[in-house]
Amino acid sequence: MNFLHAHEQADIYLVLAAFLLAVGIFGLVRRRTLIGMLISGELIFSAASLNFMALNRFAVPDPTAGQVFVLFIMGLAAAEVAIVLSIIIAVYRNYRSITTRKLSELNG
Amino acid sequence: MNSLPIADYIVAVIFYFCIATTVAGALIAVLAARIIRSVCGLMICCLGIAGLYYFLHSPFLALMEILIYIGAVCVTIMFAVMLAEPDEPAREESRGAAVLWGAAALAIGAAICWGLSRLSLAVKWTPPAAPVNDGSVKAIGISLLTTYSMAFELISLVLLVAIIGALVIARQGRNQS
Repeated sequence: MNFLHAHEQADIYLVLAAFLLAVGIFGLVRRRTLIGMLISGELIFSAASLNFMALNRFAVPDPTAGQVFVLFIMGLAAAEVAIVLSIIIAVYRNYRSITTRKLSELNG
Repeated sequence: MNSLPIADYIVAVIFYFCIATTVAGALIAVLAARIIRSVCGLMICCLGIAGLYYFLHSPFLALMEILIYIGAVCVTIMFAVMLAEPDEPAREESRGAAVLWGAAALAIGAAICWGLSRLSLAVKWTPPAAPVNDGSVKAIGISLLTTYSMAFELISLVLLVAIIGALVIARQGRNQS
């Protein structure tokens, strides 16, 4: 592997995307507030986008396909954040807390 | 590619700086105790990813990453941080259980990272024979309005429904209190 021209090979992007996914899942397991879990989810979205872009650049004949797909991922992430934040604010109004340990009303 | 030999080194340094920014931002976003620092870590991570998109021949998506993620998503999360009190609570479980859960999360993350890296490095990605178009902003616009026009319209519908749904959900809580 040529370290001087590493940006022209797919390997480092794919490893970085796997790292971002792993960090996101680590945070999703470890965080104990809803906003912290939302941030970890955004990291997972970023990992998927980076993977799409890397394979789009190095393995696909149509360079616009991956870019359009990543644009759609960004739009879906923005919609998801709007919904999740309104849910978080509604939960905070009802429970006065957004820690996952206290939101256990369905827990029998 | 270019006549100046030092230009390759400068490009490589900028590339590794982008990677370091992404990794550091992701680690801050996950490990910081205060949520506001975690949001700042997400911003740093997105800045690094925007740089990587630029290296992947897509300056348009680099700008969109900065505009949407840093400008919209992170600022919206900041609003929620100000409205709620989201700091990580003191641990209620015992010390040993906390260490156990941390170790379990770390093991899951490390297994995913190792497995996916091995999988993606094992495959030999063959470059395509000839690109169909140059992947410029013009080509993206043409394919958005021809090949992907249906998905383009659907995502505007999804955004509209998300806005209305967010307003309805946030308003219901206000009526009850």
